Amino acid sequence: MPKTLAEKILSEKSSTDAKAGDIIIAKVDLAFAQDTTGPLTVRQFQSTGIAVLADARRTVLFIDHAAPSPNANLSNDHLFLRDFARESGCILSEAGEGICHQIVQESYARPGDVIVGADSHTVTAGGLGAFATGMGSSDVAVAMALGKNWFRVPESFRIEVTGDFQKGVGAKDMILHLIGLIGADGATYKSLEFHGGAIEKMSMSGRFTIANMAVEAGAKVGLFESDETTRRFLESEGRGEDFKPLAADPGATYEKTIRINAGRLEPTVSRPHTVDNTALAKDLKGVEIQQVVIGTCTNGRLEDLEVAAAILKGKRASRNVRLIIAPASRRVLLQAIESGVIKALVESGAMVLPPGCGPCLGLHQGALGDGEACLSTANRNFPGRMGNPRSFIYLGSPATAAASALKGEITDPREVL
Amino acid sequence: MLKGRAHRFGDGVSTDHIIPGRYAHLRSNLPELAKHVLEDADPDFAKKVRHGDFVVGGSNFGLGSSREHAPLVLKMAGVSAILAKSAARIFFRNSINLGLPVLICNTDKIDDGDELEIDLAAGTVRDVTNGSALTFGKIPEVMLKILNEGGLIPYIQKHGDIKV
Repeated sequence: MPKTLAEKILSEKSSTDAKAGDIIIAKVDLAFAQDTTGPLTVRQFQSTGIAVLADARRTVLFIDHAAPSPNANLSNDHLFLRDFARESGCILSEAGEGICHQIVQESYARPGDVIVGADSHTVTAGGLGAFATGMGSSDVAVAMALGKNWFRVPESFRIEVTGDFQKGVGAKDMILHLIGLIGADGATYKSLEFHGGAIEKMSMSGRFTIANMAVEAGAKVGLFESDETTRRFLESEGRGEDFKPLAADPGATYEKTIRINAGRLEPTVSRPHTVDNTALAKDLKGVEIQQVVIGTCTNGRLEDLEVAAAILKGKRASRNVRLIIAPASRRVLLQAIESGVIKALVESGAMVLPPGCGPCLGLHQGALGDGEACLSTANRNFPGRMGNPRSFIYLGSPATAAASALKGEITDPREVL
Repeated sequence: MLKGRAHRFGDGVSTDHIIPGRYAHLRSNLPELAKHVLEDADPDFAKKVRHGDFVVGGSNFGLGSSREHAPLVLKMAGVSAILAKSAARIFFRNSINLGLPVLICNTDKIDDGDELEIDLAAGTVRDVTNGSALTFGKIPEVMLKILNEGGLIPYIQKHGDIKV
C-alpha cells in the first residue's frame, strides 16, 4: 500500500506494515530533554527500575531554556542534569551551545529517524525528514530506558504549497497563514506533510521554521521529504553520511489536502493571545510595540538574522523599542559574527543574548512589563508566555520583526525593503 | 465512582495557563509549584480546589508545551479527572501517564460548581446539580492499561517493558 512519510518511517522503525490508526512500538533513535523538563525526565527514568540507558550516546540533555541560569533553583537543576550525565554517560549540551531543537538538527537528526524530546517543539527536526515529536517526561524517560516507545500512526494532511513567495514574505508567513486557516487544534494528532514546488525550492532554514510550528496546529509531527537540499545541508554540517533520500509514495492516503499559493501570501502576524488569531501585518499598522525579539527555535538561524540585518543595516531601530537578538546556537552566532550580521544588528541598536531560548518562555532576558507589547519571531503568544499575563505578544517573521523594530510599530516589511 | 465539584474553564486552556514558564525555577519543588496551578486562568483556583474535584474545559485543553508538570500539579492539587470537548495530544498522553484521566465529552452543559459523578468503567458522567447525563469517548486500550497500573512509570516498574 502506498505510504505517507509518517507511515513510511514508522513502518521501518516498527518492522510492521504500519498504516494510519495503528498502534505500534517503534525504535527511538534519539531521546532528549532540556533543563526545564529534564530533571523530571531523569527522576522518572530513575524510577523505572531500569538502571542503564538503552543508548547513552543517543540520549542528550540540553541546558538551553535558562542558559545561563538566572537563579539558584535553576542552577541546582543544572547541577542535577550534569551529575546524571556524568553517571549515565549520556551527552550534555552545556549552557551557551544553543537551543535543543537547533542542535538536534545541526548534529543528531537523520532523515527517517524517530526522535522523541521532552519539549513540544521537537517537531522541528521534521524539516529534514525525521519523525520527531514532543512527549512528556515519563514517555521520554521510557524511551531512554528501553530505546523504544509506543506510537499511534497518525493520519496525514498533505499541505501543497505552489508558486513563488513575494519579496519580504517567507516560510514563517506561510505557517502562520496555515495555522490561522485551520486553527490551533486544526491538525490535532495529525502528521502535517509539506509538498509542492515552493517547498522543493525552500531552504532547510525555512523548512525547520515550518516544521517547528506544526505543533501550534496540534500536529504530532511536521514532515518534509529528504531531498538534494537536505543532502547539501547535512554535508555542510559535516555529516553527509547521515543523508538518505525519503519521499512519500505516489497515491498515499491523506485525510485532507490543503493547497496554498505562496505567491498570494502576505506578511502575516499572530495577534494576542493565540497563534491562530492571525492578521496581515499591513492591517496592524499603528500597533505600537516596546520590544522585538529575533531568535528562538523558530527563527534564530543564520538566514533569519541575515534577513533582519538586511533591513536594519545602516539604520537605527526605534528608540522606543528594545531589540533583542537571540541566536539559536553557538554555530549560528559564530557564522553571524563572521559574516558581519551581528555587527550590523548591534550598530542598529540590538542587544545580543547568548545562544539559547532567550525570553521566549518568560524565564529571563526580556520579560514584558504591564501593558507592554512585543513582536517576536517565536512560536507562541499565550497569556503570560513572556513572563507577564498583563502583556501582549505578536508573532511574525524576521523581516516583519526587523521592519517593526525600525518603526516602533507593527510594520509590513515590504514598506522598508 | 469519582465524585466531586466541577471547576469550569473555557476553550484553549494552555499549559502556560496551567503552570506558567515564569515558575520554571520551582519545578524541582513540586509542592511550591502546585500553589500556582491554573493561576493565569483563575488566580484563586489553588485555594478553591478540593480533593476529588474535576477541571472542566472546552476545546483543545492543554495545548502548548510538553511540560508534564501541567497535569502533575493538577493531580497534586487534588483534581481527579479532566473533562473537555477535546484535548491536545501531548497533554492527553501526559495525563494518562500520571494516572490522571482526561475524559472527552460535550462539556457545554456543565456549570462551575456542579456536582458530578463519573463512572470510569461505564464511561458515564452524571451532573447531579442539573440532572443531565453524558457519555465520554473510549480511552484507547494501550492507554487504559497504563491508566489501570496508575501511570506509565508504575506500568514499567511492573512489566519492565512496553507492549501494545
